This record gives sequence, C-alpha cells and structure tokens, in this order.
Amino acid sequence: MPINMIKVILICDKGHEGTINRKLLCVSIYQLKSKFMSNELVPMKQPTYYEEVERKGYSRRDFLQFVSMMTAFIGLENSAMGQVATALETQPRLPVIWLHFQECTCCSESFIRSSHPIVADILLDKISLDYTETLMAASGFQAEKCLQDTMTKYKGKYILCVEGSVPMGADGVYCMIGGKTSLQILEEAAENAQAIIAWGSCASNGCVQSARPNPTKATPIHKLVKGKPVIKVPGCPPIGEVMAGVIVHLLTFGRIPELDKLGRPKAFYSKRVHDTCYRRPFYDAGLYVETFDDENARKGYCLYKVGCKGPSTYNACGVMKWNNGTSFPIQSGHPCIGCSEENYWDNGRLYERGSSFAGFGIEANADNVGKVALGVTAAALAGHAVMTNVRKKKLILDLEEEGKQSEHELKS
Amino acid sequence: MKTKFLHVHRLRRVYVWELPVRYYHWLNALAIIVLIVTGFFIANPLAILSHQEAANQYTMGWVRLIHFIASYIFFFNFLFRIYWGFVGNKYANWKQFIPTTRKFFKEMWTVFKIDILMMRGKEHISVGHNAMAGFIYFFTFLAFLVQCLTGFGLYASMGTWWLPKLFAFVPAMLGGDILTRSIHHWSMWFFILFAVIHVYLVFYHDYVEGRGEISSMGGGWKFIEEEVFQNEEHHTPNEPKK
Repeated sequence: MPINMIKVILICDKGHEGTINRKLLCVSIYQLKSKFMSNELVPMKQPTYYEEVERKGYSRRDFLQFVSMMTAFIGLENSAMGQVATALETQPRLPVIWLHFQECTCCSESFIRSSHPIVADILLDKISLDYTETLMAASGFQAEKCLQDTMTKYKGKYILCVEGSVPMGADGVYCMIGGKTSLQILEEAAENAQAIIAWGSCASNGCVQSARPNPTKATPIHKLVKGKPVIKVPGCPPIGEVMAGVIVHLLTFGRIPELDKLGRPKAFYSKRVHDTCYRRPFYDAGLYVETFDDENARKGYCLYKVGCKGPSTYNACGVMKWNNGTSFPIQSGHPCIGCSEENYWDNGRLYERGSSFAGFGIEANADNVGKVALGVTAAALAGHAVMTNVRKKKLILDLEEEGKQSEHELKS
Repeated sequence: MKTKFLHVHRLRRVYVWELPVRYYHWLNALAIIVLIVTGFFIANPLAILSHQEAANQYTMGWVRLIHFIASYIFFFNFLFRIYWGFVGNKYANWKQFIPTTRKFFKEMWTVFKIDILMMRGKEHISVGHNAMAGFIYFFTFLAFLVQCLTGFGLYASMGTWWLPKLFAFVPAMLGGDILTRSIHHWSMWFFILFAVIHVYLVFYHDYVEGRGEISSMGGGWKFIEEEVFQNEEHHTPNEPKK
C-alpha cells in the first residue's frame, strides 16, 4: 500500500459538525478501503444499505420510516414497502460514479438536503460515491485513480451519475479534468456503466449554459451517449427526494424506473406543476394576479398572468415541495419559471405569458408581430381595392352597364 | 324573355360547391372563430374582478372547455374534408390544392399577374378555386395540421381518451410544452391573416367578375358566361383542357 494514499482523516461522529464533514470522512474512508483492497485477489464484500444504516446508529424504526417515505415517493403501493425494505436489506450498495461537468452543483446540494437524513446518509455516503469531484477528499492523480479503479472493479455494474452538460465547442476545452475533455471522460465512464442518470437540467437538456448563442456548445448527455438508458431527472435543481427516489427504484427493482417519452421517470414527471398546484382553483375560476403587488396577489390568486410556467412544466413541486416539504415557488408567491423544461430560458420571458418570437428583437412577442402583420395586410388590401377600381374600371363598368340594361328591360 | 342587346351575357349555372363542402366551410369558419376568441382568452385572460369565491365560478374552465370542444369539431371536420378531397366533385378534389403539373403553376402565374399585380391581360376564368387560391388553401391545410398536432399534443397529458394521447409525441419531439404552446400561438395568426385576405378576395372576385362568388358558399352555384362555356375558356387547375 503506497503511503501517500493515507490522508488526514477527520473523525467526527453522527450528529456532530456539518453533513459535508461526515461525507468527506466516509467518502475518503471508502476510497482508502478501495485502495487497500484493489491489490487483493478477493474483492471486499460490499455491505448492504441496512448494514450501513445500522452502523450509522439509526434505529429500525428510522429505517422503516425512510422505506415508507421512499415507497410513497416512487409511486408504489403500500404493499411494496416490504419489497423496498428487503432490497435495502439485502442489496449491496451500488457503486456510483458521479461526474461534474458544466454545472453549479445545485443538484448535489439539493440531493444532500433531501428531507430524510437517511437519504443523505445512505444514499450519498453509503451509496458508495466512489468518485465525485465535489465531495471526495482525494484530489489530483489519486482522484483520477479512484475513477479508473471504480470503472475496472465494477465494470458493467456501476451507476453513472452526470451532473452538468458537456461543452462540445473548441474541442471541449471549456471543461477539462485531469487533461481530459468532458466528452472523453463521459464516453469512458459511460462505456461500462449499468445505467446513466442525468441529474438536473444541465445534463438533461443543457440548461442555462446552452441558451442562445450557446458559446461553449453545451450539450446534454443523452445526445452524446448512445445505446445506454439515460434517466433524465431535470430541474434546476431537481427535488432531492426525487433524486433519492430514482436511486431507490434502481436498487429495489434492479432496473431503471418507467420513463416517459422524454426519458424522465414517470413517477415524478407525468404531471404538470399546474395539475398539482393548490392555486389551480383560481386558475379555473379565472381569478389572476395582475401585478405582484395587487390585491389579487395578496389573496393568493393564480400567477398565470405574471408568467407562471406551471401549465407547461412537468415536475413534482406541487406534491413534494422543497426543503422538507416546506414550500415551493408558487406557494411563496412567485410564478414557476419552468426550470425542468427544455430551453425554458429561451422560450419566452419569465414574467410574461406572451410568447416571444425569436429573431424579432427582445421586445417582440407573437401578438405584436401578428398585429403588425395584420396592419400591413389591411393596408395592402386597401391599396389593392383602390387599384382594382382604377385598373379594372372598364370591367366593372361593363358589368354595371349590363346589369342596368337588364333592370331597364324588366317590365316590373 | 329575349334580350335586346347581344352583349348582355347569358349565364350558365354551375354547381360548384356540394352540400358537404358548404357544411365543411361554415363549420370550419365557426370553429376557427371560436378557437381564436377562446384561444386569445386562454393565452391572456381578462382581468375579471369577482366577489365570489373561486369555488363558485369556472370562467377559465368554461372557456377552455369550449376551446376543446371546438377543437374536436375542427379536427373531425378537417379529416372529413380530406376524405371529401377523394370522393367529392372535381372542384373539391385534392388535385385542386397540390400543384402536380406545369399547368397549375402557369395558371398561378396568370392569377398573380391579373389579380395581384393588376396587369392588363385576358381575365382568367376559374370556375372553382383558381390555382393561386387552391395553393394557398393547401397552406391552410398545413396550418390546420400544425394546430391539430400542437393543440392535441398539449392536450395529450390532460386527456383521458386515446385519441389525443396519440399526439403525445409532438411535445416530446419539440422538447416540451413551452415551445409547443408557442408554436400553437404563433400559427394562430396565420388564420387571422388568412381570414382577412380570404374575405376580401371573395368580395373582390364578386365585384370584378359578377359570377356569384360570395353566394356560392350559400347555394353552391357559380355562374359562367355561355360563350365561355361554349369556347371552353374556363379553367380548373390540373384538369386537362378539352
């Protein structure tokens, strides 16, 4: 064992210090362990999730609470709780490689703050995050070795989580780690991954960095990875419980959750924010906030007219809410900006219903363009009408004459 | 009664628009008007002040319901018209709308010169649609298609019937509901512009030609001069001249 593998380890028990410290500790322990084991012939037996939960000092009750919560989140029946519990008790922890490309780490932040402490503890610490730049203690060559080791040791078994988009512009120089471009790292890691999860809007659809004109050619990963299932978990960030739910589903059933046509798990993305919004009755009643400081806003009317994208956004915000189920944007009086939808930054302004028209300037929306077109059309038709009377005068007069003749000839 | 003047035309009655075509036309017009009005409301609802509780009113709900009902009528009416393009008379045939011959383009050019540029020349005599009109109607069918695809695409996630669900691929293809909705909204303006020009041109043709253009969508008849009929000077795009 090379001596330089041993790093300074902070010892802190559950409940001390911040979550991050515990994570750093545990992640680094596992990295060390895997270093130790990498030279052995027999790979270390992976502990199950339940073993890890016990070791962490959680009670059986805590564990079952977590199981029931997760079962509900992933949209299963009560009766499936047993299945989820059994899976967590018997399944060895999933080896996970968590790559960070063009992103802001809000997905990781959201994940480690999911409401139930076990989510962070087992799914992040014990999920065996074998490699994640943000949270791992190792750095430099050691970190890169971690990645390589995980890919060889768990070939075809590990889950690849990708946070962030891949810049394709200028041969990928905009985001490089260890001398490799994001694309190289992604392709290498994706080759032997069991499944790929695209965390957040960056990895799912490119997010803000791919907004026009997209200088770095930020590309979502489903466009780069071929022949592998990619689970898209869009949102900026996605809800922590949703992320946990996807992982628990993978664990429990050993296969990816049912996805919709855009590759998102149906359990969380089949309904629009609008459909589960508690302000929906105001929408149907036709009662809307006109400006943010009006009486209607105080009454909590629907935010549709101040640009709410809830009717076009598929997410679970209205049900799961954020920060331990405390609130979500609409509940706080702010319209949904549609952060889990593709191109939400380019498709119209955030505080307006009107659909902006690309290529007609910032202020032009479809209705303004339409009104101008209508005016031009009306003017053209008026001109045409005048010209008709000038140019086709003879024709018209002949018709008139003919008609008048007949009128005269009619006796009564 | 015999006319004293030779140059007073004898008109021959031609049954151009069959009853189903007329039904289609007016049902379509009605559906489009309803869809545009309700569509504008849905896009930007009026500021309605109310002292009633939200539970006691359903303004937006009703407007949307009307929009959806009108859209179904519009959709099936459109399907019927496509069917009628194969079984109807020669003026209703699909060949009136899709240019497949040189003659079609030639007539289009003539119509452009005479009716739009107001150039002097022999007036064209089209009994049904003229080539230019037919080709524009082809674009309206494309616009119908775009509206049906995007509209039912948006409706797919709300509907319970299998039919709208078939359109779920549209927002998936476009990357989401936001863009689908925008396209649905933009395309609506085509209908408004079309309607304005369409109505104007009907009046124009009636005024300049005096062959019953306006009333033809009522009774189905248009009139052509007897000598035009005898000399076979009338046109129909893509119909070989005898």
